[in-house]
Amino acid sequence: MQYYVLIPLLPLSAFVLNILFGKKITNIFGESFKIGAHWISLLGVASAFVLSIIAVKDVMDGHVVNADLYTWITSGNLRVSIGFLIDQLTAVMLVVVTSVSLLVHVYSIGYMHGDKGYYRFFSFLSLFTFSMLMLVMANNFLQLYFGWEMVGLCSYFLIGFWYEKKSAASAAKKAFVVNRFGDFGFSLGVMLVFLTFGTLHYADVFQGLPGIIGQKITVLGFRTDLVTVIALLLTCGAIGKSAQLPLHAWLPDAMEGPTPVSALIHAATMVTAGVFMIARTAPIFNASRTAMVCVMLIGGCTAFFAATIALVQNDIKRVIAYSTISQLGYMFMACGAGAYAFGIFHLYTHAFFKALLFLCAGSVMHAMQGELNIQKMGGLKKYMPVTYWTMLLASLSISGVPGLSGFFSKDEILLKTLASGLPFSGVVWVLGMLTAFLTAFYSFRVIFLTFHGKFRGHGELTHHLHESPPSMAFPLMVLAVGAVAAGFVGIPHSLGGHDAFARFLEPVVGEARSEGSVAQQWVVMGLSILASTAGIAGAAYVYLKKTDLPQMVAESFHHLHSLLYNKYYVDELYDLVVVRLFYRISRGPINRIVDGRIIEGVVNGVPSLIAWSAARLRRVQTGVVLHYSLVMAGGLFAMVVYVLARLWKVI
Amino acid sequence: MVPLNWYIWLSAILFCTGMFGFITRRNLIIMLLSVEIMFNGVNVSLAAFSHYLQDAAGQVLVFIVIAVAAAEAAIGLALVILLFRHHETIMIDEINEMKG
Repeated sequence: MQYYVLIPLLPLSAFVLNILFGKKITNIFGESFKIGAHWISLLGVASAFVLSIIAVKDVMDGHVVNADLYTWITSGNLRVSIGFLIDQLTAVMLVVVTSVSLLVHVYSIGYMHGDKGYYRFFSFLSLFTFSMLMLVMANNFLQLYFGWEMVGLCSYFLIGFWYEKKSAASAAKKAFVVNRFGDFGFSLGVMLVFLTFGTLHYADVFQGLPGIIGQKITVLGFRTDLVTVIALLLTCGAIGKSAQLPLHAWLPDAMEGPTPVSALIHAATMVTAGVFMIARTAPIFNASRTAMVCVMLIGGCTAFFAATIALVQNDIKRVIAYSTISQLGYMFMACGAGAYAFGIFHLYTHAFFKALLFLCAGSVMHAMQGELNIQKMGGLKKYMPVTYWTMLLASLSISGVPGLSGFFSKDEILLKTLASGLPFSGVVWVLGMLTAFLTAFYSFRVIFLTFHGKFRGHGELTHHLHESPPSMAFPLMVLAVGAVAAGFVGIPHSLGGHDAFARFLEPVVGEARSEGSVAQQWVVMGLSILASTAGIAGAAYVYLKKTDLPQMVAESFHHLHSLLYNKYYVDELYDLVVVRLFYRISRGPINRIVDGRIIEGVVNGVPSLIAWSAARLRRVQTGVVLHYSLVMAGGLFAMVVYVLARLWKVI
Repeated sequence: MVPLNWYIWLSAILFCTGMFGFITRRNLIIMLLSVEIMFNGVNVSLAAFSHYLQDAAGQVLVFIVIAVAAAEAAIGLALVILLFRHHETIMIDEINEMKG
């Protein structure tokens, strides 16, 4: 049975059909009848979803697939195949990717209604899904890298979907370029893997791993551990794609794309790639303590850093974007602490509540006619009950309220980090706890400012406030079920569960370094419950009771507030250090010499050479038949002379 | 028995006469006639060599050439008539439109 090949191929064919014929279909049936585009994509992704479910069932029955389909590249001793590896980790990712993607497709029918690039939007959504599926199903590093780059490319297309808007076009460029920095490291990592192991297949690489532990390599004059270098280079790529410090700057700007795209990027198809890659290459990371500590520290710092920024942002989508960065920090933390299964567990629960949060934000935006500032909202609860209740569930889940999915995964991450016994794990744990509190606070800040209190926007807008159409409300409800119940597959032992999710992933990513003592388990759980309730209560007190308090705090801590509000001036720093420098180099020498001389010279030189020689050649053609016949006779004469001369020699 | 040399000389003379006519005359019909003479010059040498080498292939080739020449003459004359309808002349020095 090779049905799994269809999982990526169906979205791909949906893309091809839509991009080639989408416009025709639209033209044939007229503007109002755009039924073709979304049905093709929906069908493709929905079938991929069904097949993914079948794949999960097969994996649960113990059928792990690792098959090469055909040889992609052969060059010297480099042999790369297109192949698929369907194991427990891939199965989980398949379900996350296809289910979220499917719901986003459904939601987009309502959200993108009437957009002139309707078919283009759906074709790129399908391509995005295809790329991510290729990424998670790869059985070698190069195919992973292919998916990795395709995902980056699709994010460029979709973030810049409304390319007439300058901000969208530059956000797309920013996402692409910032990712390139990380990908550069990642590609070096892949090359180093090939140089070290002579192969790019996961299975062969992991098999050869014990042989190279302890080997040294000289990098820039330092003698360092080979495995550590590989792991850190791979981390580099993960940082870029998963928007960790210091390459997080692209993700909040990615909000310029349509909201369903944000949901897709944040929940399923892009930022999770980094975490997935680390979990996939877990044996390499396990072999290097340094790299693990690095990943853990990056995760902890990012989680806290992004959460503090989210506290003061007023753009509803930006708050959620920073919360994604923060939650990805948690996943990195878990991976760094060696608890890959729990990192993936959080990825899986996060996919549901984060997609839900974004789609709710999109729904709010839809009702508010594109207004994003939460200071201008308020009291929307009575106008849009479905959006309110689903968003509330998502916020409760992300805050880690006991019983909801976010609670189980976050709690386990904090516990495993504390119990890992790695250096700095205590510091990271404290950061994680603080982040848990901040997460609850900023999530409910959004809820209270948006849905509670009085409407603070423009008076006229109140007439437009309405619940979203069913095609948008339906995915919200489905995702809300996921946000509540997705965690039930991983209830820990201490709460009477079986930790089934982590057991399921164990054959691929191994066990956590330490289960943690019983005391630790209860203390961590107690503290995280305390943190989340304190956060929610704090937000309720500040934004419902003492509504003038935030203003006062912001004024009395003026510097801190503007530091946070301006996102620690990271963008400005990059502008100063990287962007200006590159501008200067490219404006000056590169523009003048390479562009002005070489490229312009070639581009203009070739045509003018042709024109010049043609002008001379044209004179040969006089139009007088006599000249032609003379040339013919002359040519004949020359030929005869030549033949006779040859014959003379022979005779 | 006429030696082969004579035939070759005859062939060469016919060919050169044709070529000379083709280059010097202005009247298109005369030029076509000249081309026919060139054809026949070639035909003479083909037939002579065919006999000399005792190989019928040369004579077969002659028949092919005659057939092609007939077709060429038909098309050529048709073109001349068309040209005359257009320009009311068949003197080629008065027609110099054969350029791009």
